[in-house]
Amino acid sequence: MSEHHEPAAGPGTEYGDVDHDSAYGSLAEAHDDSRWAFGTDFDDPLAGVDTSLPEGVDGRDLAAYCLMLADDALVLSQRLTQWVTRAPELEEEMALANIGLDLLGQTRLLLARAAAADSGCVPPLPEGSPVPAEDALAYFRDEPAFRNVRLVELDNGDFAQTVVRLLVFATWRLALLHRLQGSRDTVLAAVAAKGVKEVTYHRDYAARWVVTLAQGTPESRRRTEAALGEVWPYVAELGWTHAVERRLDGVAVDPVDVRDEVDEVVAQVFTAADLEVPAGPTASAVAGRAGRDGLHTEAFGPLLAELQVVARAHPEGVW
Amino acid sequence: MVSVTDTSAVDRGAADPADRAERADPGVTRGTDPAATARAVAEQVLDPELPVLSLADLGVLRDVEVGEDGSVVVTITPTYSGCPAMATMRDDLRHRLTRAGFERVEVRIRLQPAWSTDWISADGKRRLQEAGISPPGAAPRQASGPVPLTLLSPPRVVPCPRCGSQDTRETSHFGATACTASYRCGVCDEPFPHVKEL
Repeated sequence: MSEHHEPAAGPGTEYGDVDHDSAYGSLAEAHDDSRWAFGTDFDDPLAGVDTSLPEGVDGRDLAAYCLMLADDALVLSQRLTQWVTRAPELEEEMALANIGLDLLGQTRLLLARAAAADSGCVPPLPEGSPVPAEDALAYFRDEPAFRNVRLVELDNGDFAQTVVRLLVFATWRLALLHRLQGSRDTVLAAVAAKGVKEVTYHRDYAARWVVTLAQGTPESRRRTEAALGEVWPYVAELGWTHAVERRLDGVAVDPVDVRDEVDEVVAQVFTAADLEVPAGPTASAVAGRAGRDGLHTEAFGPLLAELQVVARAHPEGVW
Repeated sequence: MVSVTDTSAVDRGAADPADRAERADPGVTRGTDPAATARAVAEQVLDPELPVLSLADLGVLRDVEVGEDGSVVVTITPTYSGCPAMATMRDDLRHRLTRAGFERVEVRIRLQPAWSTDWISADGKRRLQEAGISPPGAAPRQASGPVPLTLLSPPRVVPCPRCGSQDTRETSHFGATACTASYRCGVCDEPFPHVKEL
């Protein structure tokens, strides 16, 4: 550490650096806000940001759309986190955890945006609850209220399956976020502009690994092809336009509009990897409902339980 | 509303670190202009994860305003959406300004334009280098069309911040913090973090 971190001598000491290395130092500071024990942060991630609705937009639709984008990121973030302590190499573990952290950051902003657009989407908690709206949305919604596509909730499988799924997800999300930068909702546009930079790295990371594994050993190629078989049935759902997206003209991005762009990127990766897009079946909607309508796979319940169980056991927990 | 948004309006002191102790007491050196004092105090707050950089050097600190009633509004722009240091930065800003005598301190978020490593000051990049952290090069420009796929790592030379060798390699694009990648030098064999261009 350089000299900048050392406490300044003399009369300037009072303004010296805040010492993050001393736990006692921070305990000694007067801290009157107690924080809910399970959230990421007590503070509103949109503090001071103008969250008024764009003209002619139904707040419930905008909230629903934000939940779709938020839940995709939250659920995949939770899945990626499951690799921590289990990844094949420390570098890959850091990469997957970092990608999960970026997605969690996007989630927070989007959940806060959803709550600001329609407070009715936030699950009611007892009077005086210390839980902020974004955390209430993450920890206290039941499975049918989650609007993520089914792709993100599937088990991680092996490393090949994880990077194949990540390639598909990041390719779609990057294309959507890229267009969302022009959204009439300025908060969504700003979240998208930030997200584009982050997800560009995620997509490149996944694409490089898919090529490396497919062109690696016979075993890594076999696993990559098997991963395609597991993941591809859930890919089509990302291109289905939801009624909410249709109603939010100029605010949401219709996935149909980015389909060609997504296909082109996937084709580029698969050419380099010498892989074929599988022709197998598509996981269908059930009575017209799929992930965006709260209809999920068997894999989702246990994942959600892992995410929510401690918070739900101690909803009043503060520290 | 008294506003000091232009950093050049405030003498930020010499770049020499030896000058730091003096800079650290803005109440004495800045006189009685509350906006200048608030800005000087806010500029001293360090990034919790890269504590060689102040929030001003990092480019996170966007605006400091002091109202006629003495309340301070600080505007910051997040680095990464999920950067866990943001909460600490806000706490530190509130804490430092409160200790400097400002009773009401509000920290606001500005999301757009999104933060870029191009906002790190030349001084900040030099401090990173001195601390063994490779500073970022120029951020990639976003073209108007779809973001192109990059299947091969771009041929970027990242010199070792310790020995200066250009024989270095990226060991992981995602490092110990959201903003860094991990590198290793082929000559002195030391690992080092590189602040990713964003």
